[in-house]
Amino acid sequence: MPENTDSVILDSAAAATSGPALIADVDKRDKPRSLWNDAWYDLRRKPVFYISALVILFLIVIAIWPGLIATGDPLQCQLINSLNGPSSGHWFGYDQQGCDVYTRTVYGARASVEVGIFSTVGVAVLGAVLGGLSGYFGGWLDAILSRISDIFFGIPILLGGVVFLSAVKGGSVTTVSTFIILLGWPQLARIARGAVITAKEQDYVLAAKALGAGHGRVLLRHIAPNALAPVIVWSTIALGTFISLEATLSFLGVGLKPPAVSWGIDISSASEQIRNAPHMLLWPAGALSVTVLAFILLGDAVRDALDPKLR
Amino acid sequence: MGRYVIRRLLQMIPVFIGSTFLIFFMVYALGDPVAALFGDRAPDPATAAQIRADLHLNDPLWKQYLIYMKNIFTGDFGTAFNGESVTSLMGSAFPVTIRLTIVAILFEIVIGIALGVLTGMKRGKPVDTGVLLLTLVVISVPTFVTGYVLQYLFGVQWGWVSPSVSPEAPFNELILPGLVLALVSLAYVTRLTRTSIAENTRADYLRTAVAKGLPRRRIIVRHLLRNSLIPVVTFIGTDVGFLMGGAIVTERIFNIHGVGYQLYQGILRNNAPTVVGFVTILVLVFLIANLLVDLLYAVLDPRIRYA
Repeated sequence: MPENTDSVILDSAAAATSGPALIADVDKRDKPRSLWNDAWYDLRRKPVFYISALVILFLIVIAIWPGLIATGDPLQCQLINSLNGPSSGHWFGYDQQGCDVYTRTVYGARASVEVGIFSTVGVAVLGAVLGGLSGYFGGWLDAILSRISDIFFGIPILLGGVVFLSAVKGGSVTTVSTFIILLGWPQLARIARGAVITAKEQDYVLAAKALGAGHGRVLLRHIAPNALAPVIVWSTIALGTFISLEATLSFLGVGLKPPAVSWGIDISSASEQIRNAPHMLLWPAGALSVTVLAFILLGDAVRDALDPKLR
Repeated sequence: MGRYVIRRLLQMIPVFIGSTFLIFFMVYALGDPVAALFGDRAPDPATAAQIRADLHLNDPLWKQYLIYMKNIFTGDFGTAFNGESVTSLMGSAFPVTIRLTIVAILFEIVIGIALGVLTGMKRGKPVDTGVLLLTLVVISVPTFVTGYVLQYLFGVQWGWVSPSVSPEAPFNELILPGLVLALVSLAYVTRLTRTSIAENTRADYLRTAVAKGLPRRRIIVRHLLRNSLIPVVTFIGTDVGFLMGGAIVTERIFNIHGVGYQLYQGILRNNAPTVVGFVTILVLVFLIANLLVDLLYAVLDPRIRYA
C-alpha cells in the first residue's frame, strides 16, 4: 500500500510548513532581541500560557486572602451537618465533621502553595548553586558532589518522605518543605551542572576570561544568565509535582496533620467516606489536580518558548 | 563490556552504603525506637535501659549501622512488631508486590506504547490532541485520587471487580490496582513514545525504507519501532524501582498485603527493623534496575559502546 507509506512522510512535511510563517514574523522586528525577550514574545502568543498563569495567580491570591471568596471559618463546624450533601448556600456540601467543604477547599490552598513555593525555591537555590559550582570547577568538587547526589538518588522520594517525616514526627509546612528540599536538590543539581558545562565551553566565556574577569564575574554575569533556562523550566514543573507530593504525604498521614487545613488531609478523610458522600472528594481533589495541571502547562509553555530547538 | 559492568558494580557500593546509612540515620537517630515499643505509655526506665543495651542503641551510630549490616548479610533483618521475623514478612510481601509491579509494567508496555505509536504517527490529528490532553489530566490528578475513584466506580458502583484484594493477591485481582499504579508512568510512556516516533519519522533511514518500497508494516515494526523504543525501554526499566516504592499508596487503597502495606504498618507502629529492612531491599532493587537499564542501553543501541 504505497499511499499509506507516504502519509508518514507527508505528516512531518505538513508539520514543518508552520515554521516559515514564524520566521517571517520574527523578521518584521529589526531590533535584536535577547533569549528572554524572545521567549516573552513567544509566550504572549500562547493561550495556554495565559490560562495557566491566570489559574496560578488566582491560587496565590486565594492563598494570601482566603477570606475574599470564603466567608466561613474552616475549623468552625457543626456536627449536625455531618456528611450533608450540597444545599443552597453550601453548594459543595459538608464533610464528616460538619465542616463546609467549599470553605475548607479555599483555605486548603494556602498549605499547598506554601509547600510548593518554599520547597521549589529551596531546591532551586541549593541545586543551582551546588550543581553550578560542580559543573564550573569540575575536579574533586564535582566528583564528591556527584557521588553525594547519587546517594540521594538511590532513595525513591515517596519512601524517603514517609520514613523521614514519620521519624521527625513532622506535621508542619516547614518539615515537609525541608524534606522535599533535602531529597529534591540532586535532580536540579544535575540539570544545572549540565547547563553550566555547556555554557562554560562557549566563546563568550573564553572572551570574558581573556579580558581578565574573575570566577565570580564569569559565573554570575556570563554563565548564570545562559544556564538559567533549564533550571526555570524544571522548577516550574517541579512546583506542581511538589504540591502533589505534599498531598500524597498528607494522605499517608505523615505530611500535614489536622487541625492544619490541606487538600491532602481533606482528600484522605473524603476517601474514607467515598461510598456515603462522594461530593467530599470532588472539590479538594479537583482543586489539587487543576493546580498541578496549571504548573505543568506553564512549565511546558515556558520550555517551548525558551528552547528554540523544539519549535 | 565486562570491565564496564565491574566498574558500575563497584560504583554501586558507596551509593548503597550511603543510601542505607541515610535511611538508618533517619529511623534510629531522628526517631526513638525504644519509646515506640511502648506506644503511648511511658516505659519503665530500667526496662528501657535494658532494651537499649540489647539493641546496641548506646553505641555510636556508625557502630550500630555496622552491626545492622552484618546481621543483614547473615540474613537477619530483626523482628517486626508482632514478633514475626522481618525476613518472613518479606517472604510473604515481596511476591505480592512483584506481581503488582508486573501487571503495572504490562499496562505501560501494551497501552502506553500502543497509544504512543498511534499519536506519534498521527501528529496534530484529533486523536493525537485527545490522547495528549488525556495524558496531561492523568499526570496532574494524584494517584490516590484516581485510585479511589476507579475503586469506587469499578468495584462498588458497577461491581466489575472486587474493591479490595484478598491476602493471596492472585493476578486477576491485581488488574485494577496494577492499572492505578501504572497510570502516571503510562502517560509518560505514551508521551515519550510519541516524541520518539515523531522524531524518527523524519529520519533519513526511514525515508530510505519508504523509497525502497518496503511494505508499511515492515517499515513501522523493523525500522521505526526498533529505533524509537530505545528511550522507552530505558524509562520502563528505571520505573521498576519507582513502581515498587509507589506501591505504598496503591496497596493502601486496595488493601493489598505487599511491601507498601508492611512498610506502612512498620511506620505506623514505629518498628525500626521493618522500615529499615524493607527500604534497604527497595534501594537495592532500584540500584540494580538502573544498572540493568544502562547495560540494556548498550545492547539496544550499538552506537553506544562502553569501554
